[in-house]
Amino acid sequence: MMNQDFINTLLLTGRLAGWTTAILFVVGFPIAYLLAYKRFWFKPVLEALISMPLVLPPTVLGFYMLVAYSPQNAFGRMLSEHFNVRLAFSFEGVLIASVLFSLPFMIQPLQNGLTAIPKSFRETAYTLGKSELTTFIRVLIPNMVPSIITAAAMTFAHCIGEFGVVIMVGGNMPGETRVASIAIYDEVQAMNYHTANQYSFILFIISLLILTLIYSINGKKKIFF
Amino acid sequence: MARKKSSFNMLKIDIQRAMLTSEGKTNLEVSTEIQNNELLCLFGHSGAGKTTLLRILAGLTKPDKGRIVFNDTVWFDSEKKINIPPQQRNVGYMFQDYALFPNMTVEKNISFAQKEKNKDDVDKIMDLFDLETLKNQHPAKLSGGQKQRVALARALAAKPNVLLLDEPLSALDFDMRLALQHEIRKAHNLLNTLTVMVSHDLQEVFHLASSVIMLKNGTVINEGKPADVFTNKQNTAYHNGYNI
Repeated sequence: MMNQDFINTLLLTGRLAGWTTAILFVVGFPIAYLLAYKRFWFKPVLEALISMPLVLPPTVLGFYMLVAYSPQNAFGRMLSEHFNVRLAFSFEGVLIASVLFSLPFMIQPLQNGLTAIPKSFRETAYTLGKSELTTFIRVLIPNMVPSIITAAAMTFAHCIGEFGVVIMVGGNMPGETRVASIAIYDEVQAMNYHTANQYSFILFIISLLILTLIYSINGKKKIFF
Repeated sequence: MARKKSSFNMLKIDIQRAMLTSEGKTNLEVSTEIQNNELLCLFGHSGAGKTTLLRILAGLTKPDKGRIVFNDTVWFDSEKKINIPPQQRNVGYMFQDYALFPNMTVEKNISFAQKEKNKDDVDKIMDLFDLETLKNQHPAKLSGGQKQRVALARALAAKPNVLLLDEPLSALDFDMRLALQHEIRKAHNLLNTLTVMVSHDLQEVFHLASSVIMLKNGTVINEGKPADVFTNKQNTAYHNGYNI
């Protein structure tokens, strides 16, 4: 049977994935818009930085985050002295790392969605007197709903499966940083294969459902028009 | 929709802009004046600079230098570094692909264009272009001719100072083109202002235009009334490959 610890771990996993997706949704849209429509000299660098989590071992980002959070360094010291905040081995610390590590999963689908919309849509709206913001809200967003759902679902699914960054930055603290993927590793180490199997099965089903949702949406794009 | 009050409008254009065409780099250079009620047709081969000029007028493409003035308002002045954005030029621009917003119905596409919401005006425009029965349809369900009428109606709903049409009939078959030339004439008369239209269809030019600018590789090679530009064998048009 599922005990409270098991449920708490799953809830924490959902909370981390949910917050990461929500934060990235707000942060990701303006960045995706910039990358899709604006020209600036450091654009290739920004695109490369955002895509880094796709090729970088999660432990590398985790290591740098830990170094940044350390009170021995400027950022960590500033947080500690001025705000009395310590991010290492805390939920908030893991959340920030998770947001950074999931950036490409949110931004790339949004950027692709924006660039797929014909330029003439935006330009027509501008000639009709509409601002960039109005055009974005009334014309662009409604015509990229599948991309938005894909971006949110991919971010959520990726976050649920995240292991390396979380264990580096957050360790394995029940109720605080012990997410399902870490719990599986932990249970296997303790030879509790039954519990590990329960966690694994739930993650498997959730990921399968999310990916099925994405593929069914992308196969029926016109349903939104 | 009430016919616009008669007022004298003038658009003065004197611009230069570097262009990259399939034949290499060239310079678009146009200096002309368009006056009240004129329906000016920009005529020429692909890559001549017709669409670039139309985009420059709309504020969607920036000229390298020159000046564009509509009545007393300077839209662009390279020396004074003035470049009024498209939102403030109040032009009705119709793209080749019509650019109807797929998420909006015909009615919503038209009302979106209005600066001040007025349902009566939307109904009148829809009635004028025979769109009443289609008002709840989305663009994906419309034929090419229906899309063209919606795009024209939408451009008009904003009550623009200048109507800019980029090959408005190019996506349609011959019979439809003939039928819809009438709609363009209707839109132009209704606005009672200036219309600039890109075309490379002679029949269309003769039927609609009050004047023509013929462009070749970015340069104006002839301008005037269609009959003068196209039928006088002594003129440059005849010797520049537009043998009619």
